Amino acid sequence: MNRKSNSSTARVSRRAVAAGLGAAGILAGTSPFNILRAQGAALKVGSLLPRSGFQAGIGQDCQRGVDITNGILKELGYRELQIMNADTESNVDNARAQAEKLISEGAQLLMGAFDSGQSTAIAQVAEQKGIPYVINIAAAPPITEQGYKFVFRNFPIAPVILGDAFVNQKEIFAATGSAPKTVAFLHVNDTFGTAMKNGIGGIMPKHNMPFTIAETISYDPAARDLSVEVAKAKATGAEALLVVSRLNDAILLTRELVKQRWSPMAILSMGPGWYEDQYLKTLGKLSDGPLSFVPWYDPNKKVAKMLEAALAKASPGVNMNTNHVYTFEALLVAADAYKRAGSTDPKALADAIRTTNIIDNVSPGPGIMFNEKGQNDKLKNSAIQNRDGKLVTVAPKEAANAKVEWPLKPYDKR
Amino acid sequence: MPAEIYLNVAVGGILTGLVYGLMALGLSVIFGVVRVVNFAHGEMMTIAMYLAILAFSALKLDPLVMMVPIAAVLFALGYAMQAALINPFINRPEHSQFILLVAVAIIMVNVLLIIFGPDARNVMTSYSFDSFQVGPLIVDATKVYAGAAAIAVAAVLFAFFRFTYVGQAIRACADNYTGALVVGLNVKQLYALTFGIGAACVGAAGAMIVLIVDVTPALGPAYTLLAFIIVITGGLGSMPGALLGGILIGLTEAMAGLLFSPSAKSMFAFGLLVIVLLFRPQGIMGKRVA
Repeated sequence: MNRKSNSSTARVSRRAVAAGLGAAGILAGTSPFNILRAQGAALKVGSLLPRSGFQAGIGQDCQRGVDITNGILKELGYRELQIMNADTESNVDNARAQAEKLISEGAQLLMGAFDSGQSTAIAQVAEQKGIPYVINIAAAPPITEQGYKFVFRNFPIAPVILGDAFVNQKEIFAATGSAPKTVAFLHVNDTFGTAMKNGIGGIMPKHNMPFTIAETISYDPAARDLSVEVAKAKATGAEALLVVSRLNDAILLTRELVKQRWSPMAILSMGPGWYEDQYLKTLGKLSDGPLSFVPWYDPNKKVAKMLEAALAKASPGVNMNTNHVYTFEALLVAADAYKRAGSTDPKALADAIRTTNIIDNVSPGPGIMFNEKGQNDKLKNSAIQNRDGKLVTVAPKEAANAKVEWPLKPYDKR
Repeated sequence: MPAEIYLNVAVGGILTGLVYGLMALGLSVIFGVVRVVNFAHGEMMTIAMYLAILAFSALKLDPLVMMVPIAAVLFALGYAMQAALINPFINRPEHSQFILLVAVAIIMVNVLLIIFGPDARNVMTSYSFDSFQVGPLIVDATKVYAGAAAIAVAAVLFAFFRFTYVGQAIRACADNYTGALVVGLNVKQLYALTFGIGAACVGAAGAMIVLIVDVTPALGPAYTLLAFIIVITGGLGSMPGALLGGILIGLTEAMAGLLFSPSAKSMFAFGLLVIVLLFRPQGIMGKRVA
């Protein structure tokens, strides 16, 4: 053993020296090209979305936003991103595991994950590993209240969504000269739904709303049957429904409203579900009427038109919505930061994101910029109504492209 | 709350429970005879649901009409599974059977995912949004049809086991394995037949549940768990127990949602299970094992 070991390390021949020098020369000669390649390489972005499980419909919709992003980035003069897709399976633990896997496979920035619970888990991983994470959609306030240095969110937090929703609701009530006196509040009991429910107590009184909440009913977002929930809400005698839901449950709630022969004055949604393409397609004419008070897009912005055109080309017949807009903007933030940082170094990328100032964007408001907590606090929300399988903006007045249809047309008269 | 709301919710819970019961009946039949716990039960129901969706989307065939053909397909699947896969494991330790069926379940979920993708799919029949109004009582039409079909299928199954020669032979296998061998019954074939019948039950239940619930490949495990809760509550191996367990769980979930919080529905279903396990470990209609 010893002899063998000695012989293998004992002497260096002239041939070996020559080969070594040759190799070193080749390496030295090509290294400038290597540097150039490194600079030219695309930023590796780990995209985490719930593309299966009970949030699959929304996750797939967000994926449509991912799929059309590179073409638009190119048109805007940004470098294309190398997207590394991962499915969170609508599960918090899996979101965490997939984030870790993406980082170990070389992701230089993370993006996602639609859901507050999953985004919270990914944020913890990103912060621990020191990899920038740009949240596309997630509204639970604590995510950007932890003092994280690598976590950024271009999406309004729950209290902002609620505040804007109440302002827009009052505008609609004033325009129609009619308002419900009582509402039944139905909400999912996940991180987002609970944050919204907790926010209502503090924010609603400040807006002097014309209605009171007759009953608050929470339910599992993965529920397979919501007949009891709707029966309970109907029994309160409430005039309208205030909802914070997801996609599948929004469809289930509508079905139950029809089956239980209850057409409230209005359905006022303050979350996803009711404006999603799958909701419109599944329910047809029964999907008309609900109002969604949500982060939306400014149809007059140049990039909004580009995004709309790209979506129409890639997914004909799909209405542009929050999922596409904020997923695209999260990737836009990544591309912009990479362009300014000129490096894939995580700290340099995070520093560049912190100083983001994108005014050529899609969402309403002055643009994309982050405060010291990594939160874009300048976003504005809109009120959207489903109309003949399309979505129209009915409030605020300055962003509206249609007048609200009020009250909700009874389901049995459609 | 107005009094009629309790009645509405209770009737809805009972009708849903009947379909749950039919699904669990398959699990109970298989365990009662073959003594194998089918951990792929919910996944087999998901396959039936997708078959119903395919028949509806391609040929516009109502799931209730397709109930018998789908049950026949699932019967063939169950028969083949027992004959080719499970029979060799009959005399092996229980953990081997457990792992085998868990593996089968995982394979089924992933094959469905590959074929159909993760999106939720549903069937929209002409009566999908219908309801019957009887005085203050409003009952979901699809649940009424599904509940009635569940009762009919269960009645046919009871009659089969009670009055047919094959049904009696299967019961003989369940009662005394050695005795059945001694009198010359082809036990392995009867086991395969039983597994097929259990699978046919779950196939019929799948064709009905697709009217009430949207299907995704990931739906299976939740229904496997639900079937377990039902058969343990009703009595593992007891056919009437499975139906009764289904009704009890459906009713418990519905009333818990109304009286307490809809979020706590499952908690009450599991609570019922714990109470049954504490005071009647063999289940409400199960036989006490000496």
